Amino acid sequence: MNTKSKISFIDLASNFEEVEQSLSKREAYEEAHRCLYCYDAPCITACPTGIDIPSFIKKISTGNLMGSAKTIMTSNPVGASCARVCPTEELCEGACVLNHSTEPIMIGNLQRYATDWAIHNEKVFFKPGEKNGKTVAIVGSGPAGLSAARELAVLGYQVTIFEAEEKAGGLNTYGIVSFRLPQTVSYWEIDQVRKLNVEIKTNTRIGVDVSVEELLNNYDSVILAIGMANVPKIGIEGEDVTGVYDAIDFVKETKKKAIPQNFIGKKVAVIGAGNTAIDAATCSVRLGAKHVKIIYRRTLEEMTAYDFEYEFAKQDGVEFRWLTAPKKIISDDTGKVIGLQCIKMELSKESVGGRRKPLPIEGSEFVIEVDAVIRAIGQSRHLELLEQFQVKHKDGVVQLTGNSHQTSNQKVFACGDAIFGQGQGEAMVVSAAQQGKLTAYELHEKLGKQSIGIA
Amino acid sequence: MTTSTLGGLYLADLQIELAGIKSPNPFWLASAPPTNSGYQVQRAFEAGWGGAVWKTLGDPIINTSSRFAAVSFNGQRVAGFNNIELITDRPLEVNLREIYETKKRFPNHTIIASLMVEPKQEKWHEIVKRVEDVGVDGLELNFGCPHGMAERGMGAASGQVPELVKKQTYWAKEVAKTPVIVKLTPNITDITVTAEAAVNGGADAISMINTINSLAGVDIDTWNTIPHVGGKGAHGGYCGPAVKPIALNMVAECARNSTINVPISGIGGISNWKDTVEFLLMGATGVQVCTAAMHHGFRIVEDMIDGLSNYLDDKGIHSVMDLVGKSVQKYSDWGNLDLNYKVVARINNDTCINCNKCHIACEDTSHQCIDLLKDPIGKSVLKVREDDCVGCNLCSIVCPVDGAIDMVEVKTELPPMTWNERQTVLSTLQTSAVKLS
Repeated sequence: MNTKSKISFIDLASNFEEVEQSLSKREAYEEAHRCLYCYDAPCITACPTGIDIPSFIKKISTGNLMGSAKTIMTSNPVGASCARVCPTEELCEGACVLNHSTEPIMIGNLQRYATDWAIHNEKVFFKPGEKNGKTVAIVGSGPAGLSAARELAVLGYQVTIFEAEEKAGGLNTYGIVSFRLPQTVSYWEIDQVRKLNVEIKTNTRIGVDVSVEELLNNYDSVILAIGMANVPKIGIEGEDVTGVYDAIDFVKETKKKAIPQNFIGKKVAVIGAGNTAIDAATCSVRLGAKHVKIIYRRTLEEMTAYDFEYEFAKQDGVEFRWLTAPKKIISDDTGKVIGLQCIKMELSKESVGGRRKPLPIEGSEFVIEVDAVIRAIGQSRHLELLEQFQVKHKDGVVQLTGNSHQTSNQKVFACGDAIFGQGQGEAMVVSAAQQGKLTAYELHEKLGKQSIGIA
Repeated sequence: MTTSTLGGLYLADLQIELAGIKSPNPFWLASAPPTNSGYQVQRAFEAGWGGAVWKTLGDPIINTSSRFAAVSFNGQRVAGFNNIELITDRPLEVNLREIYETKKRFPNHTIIASLMVEPKQEKWHEIVKRVEDVGVDGLELNFGCPHGMAERGMGAASGQVPELVKKQTYWAKEVAKTPVIVKLTPNITDITVTAEAAVNGGADAISMINTINSLAGVDIDTWNTIPHVGGKGAHGGYCGPAVKPIALNMVAECARNSTINVPISGIGGISNWKDTVEFLLMGATGVQVCTAAMHHGFRIVEDMIDGLSNYLDDKGIHSVMDLVGKSVQKYSDWGNLDLNYKVVARINNDTCINCNKCHIACEDTSHQCIDLLKDPIGKSVLKVREDDCVGCNLCSIVCPVDGAIDMVEVKTELPPMTWNERQTVLSTLQTSAVKLS
């Protein structure tokens, strides 16, 4: 697998082109033939959406790319994105039996090969189901929302998606860095859903442009696939000055046509060490920043970023400052960031809630010179919207009833990041896709039975 | 690298003698495109080949453009190879001059002239005399080429008729001063019949197999044959790794047939030293190679020599000739196999990677005796029910991991008993029963 590594300071846009090169026809063919075509394969079980991986790989090996891509997309409506963003070594590739003999199959890259073929050849895999007269409103067009919409449309529901942003796709369109997931891939997946007569109303924020009552009154059911909101404030002095960014907004900016030029030669500090922090740091490097530091109050051990993301950031020259917490943002007379005061930390001996607590070391303050600070300390929740829907939630994490995706409001379901947290769910795109599917099936189970009852 | 620089490293002697023809090693290039010219044969000798059977001489023909095709298997190129090229298209005089020059430059290497003429006595007499005049070490009569020439009554067309094999061998032998090898076609029900005909005609040796009638494929987009000549195809001859088992059986069948008491030059899918050892064990005195050289070039002979030498040294075998025929007595008729011999599959779960291919192969297509179980922590465990296992080997064949499945011999109480012995016992019982009544 070839990867692009050179960062250009002249052509910034080229830095945001996809890093991983796609497999050539021959590479895909040879890799597909290496697959053992296991029976009852562990990779299928390891895939949250349960893609029949040996089958789609077999189809690549026989040149049946149409069938291969359909096998993928049937199980995972955002299978083209997942081919790129899934932590495959923790999922399918981690489960590959060849880990015990040679090298695991490059399942992610093969999935990308098959779905790229479908994208390139403008294939359409699904037809809308025969109309059953039921309507569903989905709030949010990210992986969970799209996935639910696809399944419901195939089952015959009239689905309307409400999306606050200008474009559909949610995280896949705005949140994942372009050099991992080009927007075109996300757009193709959205189109696949749109072609099932799913209406996607963009620039439409529920609770602002359309009221919650309207939704609850006009649709047979509502699915909340609202994801998460912005990065919260760190809660330190000087956070409101110019040059302090929210990592989510920051990444979104890099996905626009005009790449920002204002980071060239700058010194950047990213606060946090999750996958979003890595994204913010590597995007900064790609925007031409001279020095990029990740400031994290714990250590490598506690860091939540995937290993491959950590490796990737190191390759990009990102510096990691462990056991360091931000204390104050320092600005000049014009209100621009010039420095970040930090304090050294140590971990408590006892662990609290499974993790050792970082404690400041008195008097260890120091200042680092920076031109920009990006906060990436997690995401807040759409609390207000949840209140309006009157669904039970715990600090913004929607609480589900029983073993389902139904909320405390029987008419309202929820999936994706909206239900992630507080020990519930997973934050991966692929889990959101699966939750979307399950939500659709549960909803169908409920509404489908109703319609039979009426008849 | 040449053989001479390697020679000093090894203990074993690679020289062979086939029907009086001496060769520095058992590796010859078969009569085919690689031996078309003096330039090629000399390059081959420089690379280390012990001998070459010159591309078949006869009345020069006209070849088609687009001649070869190969079969890929699961991405592996040239698993099988198909050609519609005919015998030499160069004037006989040119070939003879180059044979002379090559032999002069490489006096210790073996040059065999492959010959094909119309089934007429005078034609055979004439060509035998002309090629022997330039100093070949032996002759190989091409009764095997299955395409093109066969339509003109030569090659396989005459090789399929035992009487013609015998007669033409006899005509060649009438004038030949060097040993005559008869190359046989596999496109026949029982190759021992034509082999015997060759022996009866006076052949000093036989070589096999020539190529097998084949159509490499059909292009599923254009619906043309592969290869095609301007949209039209004709059957070719199949060779390469895919034909090795067919060739090995034919060699073995001739080797174990007591009426075919001449040496055999083994041909058919031999790609490396291991294949060579197998052919030698099954009765070949030396081998001929074509497809592997066409796939990789003459340089492959270096590993063939090196691998064979190391093998012999490892086994403490002094001469490669000591391998010849050592497995022949182990090859017999089905009726002589012990019906009371039993092997069963044993799965080594520590080595097993749980692809479960053995389970599904056995469950769907064999004897349903490999259970797919879950251990207490939910991990797959495969277990053979040995009482139901017939020892078919399928599981161990599909298993992708070395050492995960062993076929283990199980001692039975019963004494060895072959089908033939069983039939004898049964008929004795019947006879005595008849007598009793």
